Amino acid sequence: MINFQYARAVSVSEAVRLMAGTPGAKFIAGGTNLVDLMKMDVERPTALIDVSRLPLDTVEETPGGGLHIGALVRNSDLAYHPLVERRYPVLSSALLAGASQQLRNMASIGGNLLQRTRCAYFYDVATPCNKREAGSGCSALGGLNRMNAILGTSDNCIAVHPSDMCVALAALEAKVHVTGTRGERVIAFADFHRLPEAEPQRDNNLAADELVTGIELPQRGFETHYSYLKIRDRSSYAFALVSVAVCLELGGGRIREARLALGGVAHKPWRDAGAEAALSGQSANEATFMRAAALVLSKAKGFGHNTFKIDLARRAVVRALSQAAGGTPQSQSNKKIA
Amino acid sequence: MISSDDSDPPAPASGGSAGSVSLAVMVNGTRYPLTLDPRCTLLDVLREQLDLTGTKKGCDHGQCGACTILVDGRRVLACLTLAVMKDGANITTIEGLAKDGVLHPLQQAFIEHDAFQCGYCTPGQICSAVGLIAEGRAQTADEIRESMSGNICRCGAYPNIVAAIQQAMGLP
Ligand SMILES: Cc1cc2nc3c(=O)[nH]c(=O)nc-3n(C[C@H](O)[C@H](O)[C@H](O)COP(=O)(O)OP(=O)(O)OC[C@H]3O[C@@H](n4cnc5c(N)ncnc54)[C@H](O)[C@@H]3O)c2cc1C
Ligand code: SF4
Ligand code: FES
Ligand code: FES
Repeated sequence: MINFQYARAVSVSEAVRLMAGTPGAKFIAGGTNLVDLMKMDVERPTALIDVSRLPLDTVEETPGGGLHIGALVRNSDLAYHPLVERRYPVLSSALLAGASQQLRNMASIGGNLLQRTRCAYFYDVATPCNKREAGSGCSALGGLNRMNAILGTSDNCIAVHPSDMCVALAALEAKVHVTGTRGERVIAFADFHRLPEAEPQRDNNLAADELVTGIELPQRGFETHYSYLKIRDRSSYAFALVSVAVCLELGGGRIREARLALGGVAHKPWRDAGAEAALSGQSANEATFMRAAALVLSKAKGFGHNTFKIDLARRAVVRALSQAAGGTPQSQSNKKIA
Repeated sequence: MISSDDSDPPAPASGGSAGSVSLAVMVNGTRYPLTLDPRCTLLDVLREQLDLTGTKKGCDHGQCGACTILVDGRRVLACLTLAVMKDGANITTIEGLAKDGVLHPLQQAFIEHDAFQCGYCTPGQICSAVGLIAEGRAQTADEIRESMSGNICRCGAYPNIVAAIQQAMGLP
């Protein structure tokens, strides 16, 4: 780890001002991703601006009937928040599917959004990686790519965004509140993270001086028909190979509205408007689910070690849709997949 | 350290030393004033500077749970915690659980259930279980297993660890 200046910010405006005035600085919240990457010399900040004590640690109801979640709320506190458990159970479930309780006790909502890929070559500074060092090449393309992406990839990067929470937030159509030197703005969840395209070094559309201050959930929580299904190499404390968040609104045996987001398959939580449209208005049965799953995966591309993910994702989509439609969401403690 | 009304941003570090930071932490009821290089993890400070070697370093990357301690009553990983960020925190390690020579009920239960073999993961397991009980969420064996999944046991003592936790929780 290289040496760095340490500064603790006590207000949002101070944090933003310090960031703008300190080239090479990074914010630190829970530290669970950044400290790890600094130990590996992947991240080499000249200064750390500690935002962990900013007063952004509350969950509040919004006038529109939704929730505003401060960026410093801990992952565990959000998962167990009574309003989230009751009204947005898919979010609670996705949070509990991630990491371990110790990590969730440390990790912040903002840090979860900004966590970096777990691509093995991104972590290995001895190998080329366009995300770590623009223009150096992508070792995963012809390398060990079991954990890598099958959708939305580019010739420059096939990394996945590793968050579980973000998959649920994509399905719920959350908004991200940010503050920078030029003021505040609100970013739709679908526009927050980005695909790698020609610039895999950029994970998202946040400007360098911008701080995430919170997440806003719209009123609709899909508390009856939802599921978060995470498939991984061991049944806890492991990143997703494939995960699926489903939110459905049913009426008269038909699907009125469907939200479907996939994790572990792309550089951002993956939504497919075509597949969602193919679900709406249809009766909630396996044939419908299989059609939608086929649509989601129709443009998928494997890279050898990860090609199995295409079939895995197809089946996971069908299973998660069945769980949601049946009102029997995947449990995050009983690991049997029903 | 920069205070709120300090108008100058910190000078960027220029390769060498970026200076040290003064802070104080409470560990197992004792207050320790410290002056630290900001790179120090809480795990290294506990073990190397405060001589509290009960907390173990397994992976140093958040992947094993051996370094689990309680900070302000919550179980966290000392290896991914920068000590300078914990100024004023109240920390409990495995050394702080026994009171007046009497083992903590979880320590006693681990012995009674033979819940360890080499013992390397045990301080982390026990601190994690203290956190689990304080959280009050896990009730069934399935829930205990899931909630303890952040603590890897290389010896595979898992069934006895779950049994020990159930005993300490007063479950049948
Ligand atoms: C062993 C292990 C297993 C894990 N398993 C999972 C898993 O299964 N699923 C999963 O989803 N996650 C998993 N995680 C990742 C974990 O969820 C993230 O590390 C965590 O959410 C990051 O939050 P943090 O507050 O600790 O971020 P930090 O490490 O403090 O910061 C991460 C990044 O976010 C930036 N940042 C932090 N806060 C803000 C803000 N408010 N505004 C702008 N930038 C900010 C930092 O500059 C940094 O670049 C795992 C982590 C570990 C170590
Ligand atoms: S997939 Fe992306 S993160 Fe992984 S080696 Fe290639 S460029 Fe780097
Ligand atoms: S040493 Fe901290 S989790 Fe392994
Ligand atoms: S008792 Fe040996 S690692 Fe758990």
